[in-house]
Amino acid sequence: MNDVAIIGVGMHPFGRWGQKSAIEMGADAIRAALADAGAQWTDVQFAFGGSFEVDNPDAVAGRLGLTGIPFMDVYNGCATAATALQLTADGIRSGQYDLGVAVGMDKHASGAFTSDPVDYGAPEWYGEIGHFLTTKFFAMKINRYMYDHGISHETLARVAAKAYRNGVINPTAFRRKAISEEEILASRMLNYPLTQYMFCSPDEGAAAVVLCRADQAHKYTANPIYLKATAVRTRRYGAFEVHASWAAVEQDAAPTVYASKAAFEMAGIGPEDVDVVQLQDTDAGAEIIHMAENGFCADGEQEKLIAEGATEINGSLPVNTDGGLIANGEPIGASGLRQVHELVMQLRGTAGDHQVPGSPKVGYAQLYGAPGTAGVSILST
Amino acid sequence: MTEIAFAPDVFTWPSDEPQLIGGKCARCAAVTFPAWSSCARCGSTEVEQHLLPRRGTLWTFTTQDFLPKEPYASGETNETFTPYGIGMVQLGDEVRVEARLTENDPEKLAIGMEMELVILPFRTDPDGTVVMVYAFAPAAQES
Repeated sequence: MNDVAIIGVGMHPFGRWGQKSAIEMGADAIRAALADAGAQWTDVQFAFGGSFEVDNPDAVAGRLGLTGIPFMDVYNGCATAATALQLTADGIRSGQYDLGVAVGMDKHASGAFTSDPVDYGAPEWYGEIGHFLTTKFFAMKINRYMYDHGISHETLARVAAKAYRNGVINPTAFRRKAISEEEILASRMLNYPLTQYMFCSPDEGAAAVVLCRADQAHKYTANPIYLKATAVRTRRYGAFEVHASWAAVEQDAAPTVYASKAAFEMAGIGPEDVDVVQLQDTDAGAEIIHMAENGFCADGEQEKLIAEGATEINGSLPVNTDGGLIANGEPIGASGLRQVHELVMQLRGTAGDHQVPGSPKVGYAQLYGAPGTAGVSILST
Repeated sequence: MTEIAFAPDVFTWPSDEPQLIGGKCARCAAVTFPAWSSCARCGSTEVEQHLLPRRGTLWTFTTQDFLPKEPYASGETNETFTPYGIGMVQLGDEVRVEARLTENDPEKLAIGMEMELVILPFRTDPDGTVVMVYAFAPAAQES
């Protein structure tokens, strides 16, 4: 199996972009990633494109040059970008290709996501009676977690305030204004215990990554970042998951737990070896739960760790250093590649004002979404 | 005035003692809600309808404080929307079901509290038909 290197990353910043199409944003992200790698579109042998709103992400080829390459489109809920990344990496690991691109793009309307619940395996009446909302699932999950593990409302506010603070110092963030913990707690309740400022917003943007065989990376860059592991897992019987009208009494762990274990095993390292972390913070509660589900602390330890500033950029466990989903919003297809973009900046030492001190060497990214799918990626210098 | 269930095969109706209609796998005994044609645990296609207990305990909850987008079909607008509670109610040791709660004030809800199934009006259609939905209410104290 060939090792895989990341030689280029590119983003179209996340935000609101008027009439600009997701396809145009995706093409911009690929151009930026290729420029970063010092590669040409004609060097790209294959690609995977991820999107929720765009039926055919491969249409970006019409903007970059119709070279005839295999360009495959994927959608896998909020884990779409991790899926595109894994499939691209697998194409290189297997020896089939030497160089490929993973790209994600989306352009969502404002407000909570909606769709046809039947397409998520839920009953057809599930939306009609007001159950088809991801936000209320995350609220129910953190409410139980707070009850079981002693997490306070103030800790939820601290997580969101950190995201906005990191957004202020990230030039490409969507939300670039600091919001105090008091304002966060006092903002409109959307789904108890989660207030408006504790949630991320669906928005627009794109991100792309250029991968190549590790033994060829030095043709392009003096400091490649290595993709040590990728893992995607779906829910098991007994997990409490989004878009489910029922849950088993006999509980099993969330899919993130299994994806995380598989990724650490593949990388041959453990949580203690990770220097910088990007977690799915659909809401402040999700970041707290995901810290434990990914093995970075025990259940309940977050209360103390977050109060002590451990998850700040200069803390012992920096989490969502670019502001995460809360400050960047979530264009579903691109979100996980935004995480990889940030980790590559951090591991190269080029993250500017939001650089983690001390030359981080190992980065970790996790996605979670409907209907119970998680993706984890581990990067290292 | 005609009262109809919002969907068939979700709860027994009309009934003085309505029950949710779940499914129970004939092979592995896993219980789900509603009844599906195959089992989520073992994949068996031998699933039988199974009436669920009317009372249970609140496992977790939240409130829905903004009007959901379509396909939500309560007929409400942003101006007329009434927030509702929503939770997971554990019915014995059989299954946890997701349900609307009659209480929308989080201060009056608590994990572990006893809950009881109720059937409530959800919306009134233009022809006067009242569409009924299932929900759980804090249970009356047993005397």
